[in-house]
Amino acid sequence: MSAVIDSHSDDHHHGPAKGITRWLYTTNHKDIGTLYLWFSFLMLFLGGAMAMVIRAELFEPGSQIVSPEFYNQMLTNHGLIMVFGAVMPAFVGLANWIIPMQIGAPDMALPRMNNLSFWILPVAFGILISTFFMEGGGPNFGWTFYAPLSTTYAPPTVTFFIFAVHIMGASSIMGSINIITTILNMRAPGMTFMKMPLFTWTWLITAYLLIAVMPVLAGAVTMMLMDIHFGTSFFNAAGGGDPVLFQHVFWFFGHPEVYIMILPAFGIVSHIIETFSRKPIFGYTSMVYAIASIAILSFIVWAHHMFTVGMPIAGELFFMYTTMLIAIPTGVKVFNWLSTMFKGSISFETPMLFSIAFVALFTIGGLSGLMLAIAPADFQYHDTYFVVAHFHYVLVPGAIFGIIAGVYYWLPKWTGNMYDEVLGKTHFWMSFISVNITFFPMHFVGLAGMPRRIPDYALQFADFNMVISIGAFIFGLTQLLFLFIILKSIFAGKQATSEVWEGAKGLEWTVASPAPYHTFETPPEVK
Amino acid sequence: MVLIKRIFAALITCCASLPLFAGWGDVNMTPGVNALSREIFDLHMTIFWICVVIGALVLGFMVYLIVAFRKKEGDKPAQFDDHPVLEMTWTVLFAVILAVMAIPATFTMIRAYDDAEGDINILITGHQWKWQYEYLEDEVSFFSNLSTDLDQRNNIAPKSDNYLLEVDEPLVIPTNKRIRFLITANDVIHSWWVPDFAVKQDAIPGFINTAWTQVDEEGIFRGQCTELCGQYHGYMPVVVKAVSPEDYELWVNEKKEAKIQQALLTEKLWSTEELYEIGEGVYQTNCVACHQVNGEGLPPVFPALAGSDLVLNDKAKQIEILMEGVQGAAMQSYAEQLSEVDIAAVITYTRKAWGNDASGDGEIVIPKEILDYKNNKL
Repeated sequence: MSAVIDSHSDDHHHGPAKGITRWLYTTNHKDIGTLYLWFSFLMLFLGGAMAMVIRAELFEPGSQIVSPEFYNQMLTNHGLIMVFGAVMPAFVGLANWIIPMQIGAPDMALPRMNNLSFWILPVAFGILISTFFMEGGGPNFGWTFYAPLSTTYAPPTVTFFIFAVHIMGASSIMGSINIITTILNMRAPGMTFMKMPLFTWTWLITAYLLIAVMPVLAGAVTMMLMDIHFGTSFFNAAGGGDPVLFQHVFWFFGHPEVYIMILPAFGIVSHIIETFSRKPIFGYTSMVYAIASIAILSFIVWAHHMFTVGMPIAGELFFMYTTMLIAIPTGVKVFNWLSTMFKGSISFETPMLFSIAFVALFTIGGLSGLMLAIAPADFQYHDTYFVVAHFHYVLVPGAIFGIIAGVYYWLPKWTGNMYDEVLGKTHFWMSFISVNITFFPMHFVGLAGMPRRIPDYALQFADFNMVISIGAFIFGLTQLLFLFIILKSIFAGKQATSEVWEGAKGLEWTVASPAPYHTFETPPEVK
Repeated sequence: MVLIKRIFAALITCCASLPLFAGWGDVNMTPGVNALSREIFDLHMTIFWICVVIGALVLGFMVYLIVAFRKKEGDKPAQFDDHPVLEMTWTVLFAVILAVMAIPATFTMIRAYDDAEGDINILITGHQWKWQYEYLEDEVSFFSNLSTDLDQRNNIAPKSDNYLLEVDEPLVIPTNKRIRFLITANDVIHSWWVPDFAVKQDAIPGFINTAWTQVDEEGIFRGQCTELCGQYHGYMPVVVKAVSPEDYELWVNEKKEAKIQQALLTEKLWSTEELYEIGEGVYQTNCVACHQVNGEGLPPVFPALAGSDLVLNDKAKQIEILMEGVQGAAMQSYAEQLSEVDIAAVITYTRKAWGNDASGDGEIVIPKEILDYKNNKL
């Protein structure tokens, strides 16, 4: 073997190519991670702009700035873009950057597919957004696109929407295959499964969830396509079909999807709390089992989104009990994070602040989720702002705070410069306060009876809606500060050491900052 | 300045309406007006307080951790990383708390799921964007439309107290009788919700769901559609009026009488002006949502009527569309929703308005023609 000298690797492949081709043709996990992260950031602002339109319309009762039809397009695309364009690609970007470095691998296992899975995403969202400029307007049936509103009664552009969802699904499936293959095959010698960093663990499980459910979503949209163009009646009652079937199929995808958007954040937050408490993570084993349990349970709870569709009572009770069970592994995780902080030596840099806020506010979102699981009470909560409050608590101060925390945590490793800590803390406090002003009052208006997805509302909801809108505007503007902080750390800032954070553990902290273009060409030894 | 004042007023009201300062009214679920809704409210409050206690303990403990274990010069963090007994204990504790919640929830669920026949059975059908109520025993049937006018919605006129929660004709039910609702839909999925009854049931085309209520006190109860059903989803309220059984009987008889009167009107000799005037009103209630005030629609989904060749020159086809609806489009059949007079009037209106009579044949439609259409179909 050693007789073959691989001489050509000495004279190129050391640095990135120059110009635009670096990004178009790249197979480097760090470049692709960067592409994913910038793309998701762009989508965050686009989806956020739509949220601003929604909140401006709801600022006061009465018609304000957009028509009800355009309002529906806004709420639909806000959901679609945030779920498929912002949160999911951000996690894939973090996975690309961090997983190979955490497990001591030189790159992802399937680098060319990695390139493809990223570059079809802008195409998918280009198609989705182009529908706004077509006759009939963009998708307007909610991000859950219930049939027959999304089939027989949909605008003609729905076919573009279906095609876009297919491409997004293909991208996610390719990304997941890549992550699973990398984790299973390319760990450094000595890194057994139970020594794997938690972010890698959460992504391994998330990737399996994605592979399991994205084809289900593809099936749902394909049935829609058949109903719209080929005369089938999967979801058309007049032709013997079943509109409720759509909801079962959709939520069989949709509920695991919810955990796809939170599990990697669990991993990120675990690392950060461990680092800044200067103490090993409490209950590593139970953390891994808890993630696995949440993932498995996510397949048998889907109909809790459908308590009012008229299921038989046995169905209602089954889905109520299984949903409540999820509170156990979730509670275990929260208690483990708290126990990690207990008797630690805690400092409060920006990533830690976001992580602590994550644990606190995710707990609130989890508890309102427990309330929603109680089927008879859900008859009153279902499709009100109480639900909107719940899922925004788990997605904004949950998933998004997790991503932001991760970005601050690893940013010095990516850019080689420390970010501006004063600005970072300002970003945190502005976000923390405004996110609560935005989403906490939604619990109240929801319980008081305001349905979701309405462009105008009765007068008793007026005051709270104004407060919610103000909170939302502050939160939206604050994120521009985040963009500024990131740009600033790319171009300037205190030089970061390779360890970056005092006592940070893990292989990614053993390489230089910024991380060289190629890392771990020789696998490290894990003891 | 006005805006800033308004914002401050909103902030003050919000703070004042928090439970510490005032009642629960604007920030909590309604206890409702019957046994089931009160039971669900009690269940909600039980679960709510359990969650508040858990949340307060967790968040309180976090504050303690943040204060007690902040980094100090020369401190040595502990290095333990598990405690199996403690971990088992809290896992079991979670399970016990969940069981405490699940048991009362199960019993409430069983009571809510009672689909035995009612004293009065009402078929509720969701349409884009209105509710149809059919009293199965009394053969009374009518549609219930939002009655808040466009000027209020467009901030031209001041908003009334029940802005967006008022209808032209509410569902009327007697008190102290078991009412069973059979709920379905004609086009897309809707959801019929009256918070005071704790009834929320999806209205799904091709399915009939059941729900029931029994109201102890007279009153007017308001709710809304709670499933996204298209562009005017926010504009299809539910209003229920509970009256004494005697008043209910009177109301039913009035409705039956009105039906007979309506049939007589069909035979009357109508002038173009009369039809045009009635038609304009019908158009404002039933058609403007899609075809717009100016008759220009919102193409391509909602076609224009002004200048449409069909409206100008094809009276027979236009009658057919109103009577049968259009397959695969939002246009529904109005044969059951509107009287013969109303249908004839609204067709006449569309053939005359927006300059249509100048460019088309300008023929009017009289109620008799609609009746003939119905009879020929039989």
